[in-house]
Amino acid sequence: MANSLVIVNTGCANISSVKFAFERLGSSVEVSDDVTIISKAQRVLLPGVGSAPAAMKSIRKKQLVDCLRSLTQPTLGVCLGMQLMVNDSQEGEFGKTELTDCLGLMPGRVHRMQVGNQRLPHMGWNKVSSKYDNPLFKGIGDGEHFYFVHSFAVNEYEHTLATCEYGNNAIEQENSFSAAIHKNNFFGVQFHPERSSDAGAHLLQNFIQL
Amino acid sequence: MLARRIIPCLDVRDGVVVKGVKFRNHEIIGDIVPLAKRYAEAGADELVFYDITASSDQRVVDKSWVSKIAQVIDIPFCVAGGIKTVEDAGKILEMGADKISINSPALSNPELIKDLHDTYGQQCVVIGVDSFFNEETGQYEVYQFTGDESRTQKTTWQTLDWVKEVQRKGAGEIVLNCMNQDGVRKGYDIKQLAAVREVCNVPLIASGGAGEMSHFSDVFKQADVDGALAASVFHKSIIDIPELKLWLSEQGIEMRSAKK
Repeated sequence: MANSLVIVNTGCANISSVKFAFERLGSSVEVSDDVTIISKAQRVLLPGVGSAPAAMKSIRKKQLVDCLRSLTQPTLGVCLGMQLMVNDSQEGEFGKTELTDCLGLMPGRVHRMQVGNQRLPHMGWNKVSSKYDNPLFKGIGDGEHFYFVHSFAVNEYEHTLATCEYGNNAIEQENSFSAAIHKNNFFGVQFHPERSSDAGAHLLQNFIQL
Repeated sequence: MLARRIIPCLDVRDGVVVKGVKFRNHEIIGDIVPLAKRYAEAGADELVFYDITASSDQRVVDKSWVSKIAQVIDIPFCVAGGIKTVEDAGKILEMGADKISINSPALSNPELIKDLHDTYGQQCVVIGVDSFFNEETGQYEVYQFTGDESRTQKTTWQTLDWVKEVQRKGAGEIVLNCMNQDGVRKGYDIKQLAAVREVCNVPLIASGGAGEMSHFSDVFKQADVDGALAASVFHKSIIDIPELKLWLSEQGIEMRSAKK
């Protein structure tokens, strides 16, 4: 199928808002948990609402881990979907402290955000800055607002594509986290492009042109 | 820096947007989808849809409009009213809402907050609190079933205690409706909101009382709320959203600029 885009049905709620966002761009979208369909797609979107342990459990149950790890086409993880792309997450099952293994599509760990006396979840519109020129943020101004809802994040590190600041820790660097990450064909965004008005639509448009 | 949010609230009754004064005498404002679209295009940061009759009568409410909104809107939106169970919430979220807000059912069954948190995550669980300042006792009291005047009743909860309790149960955001101020456009209840802010570690949204642009500036600066919700000033075009956001940024309040 030409120009096909598949949203991985991770078994969590709220896939429709991502689907509608691509449809508003005139893009046809298929939602699937079928390994063959996902592997053959031209582009893959890994959505995510809910918790890391629940999402990983569902992905394992659907036997999608190997399929997702072997993807070579442009793949975008959104919010929890981005967090699932790194090695592991501090977000455990309720009352447990052990790390949750994620997909390991790139190195990295998801931490609970340390924001000083600021509120969690980090909820609302915040400014995003790309660290370098890249096709996903092409044409999107530095400091454009995107919509975030999360309490966990990947710190700024070697695979950070764009940063965002939240919190009032004494050490300024501690307030910065990865708003977007990238390695090879894998891209992840912590914010919700499907709910980020024009800026979000622009980013999704860039993704379908990768 | 996280921007403060401007949130138009659309009270929905029988599939149309309505607005009353102090929760009463509802008049029809217009159809949901075009109004929602208009606000999103004007630069609203988020929308809240309250199905105001749903909690107070027993009938099953048609929520198909949720999906229609999700198709055309590219900003987050929250649906409130009539969500009594985890399954009710799931249906609304599946239709494309980003958050669900519960009020009266949380008071009847506080465990519902925890169940929603555990099933869908903290980020989509908003708790609406209808709070009334009792001048005689000098206390803030939580009310239930405010969508229907004949069933509206005072609960045994005081507002600050209830705000703490809902956070313990897993609320991701709190919308405080200050009932004394609702619909009269005399300004937000800064004193009450500041008191709630002290005990609220999740995002707090002010509701009730917006009448002019300075009211928004006051509530952000003096009560440190994360968002300000308003209805009639937007529905009646008393305040223009792009103009409001521009003015607030000039006052030093972090805003997402309106659409270009």
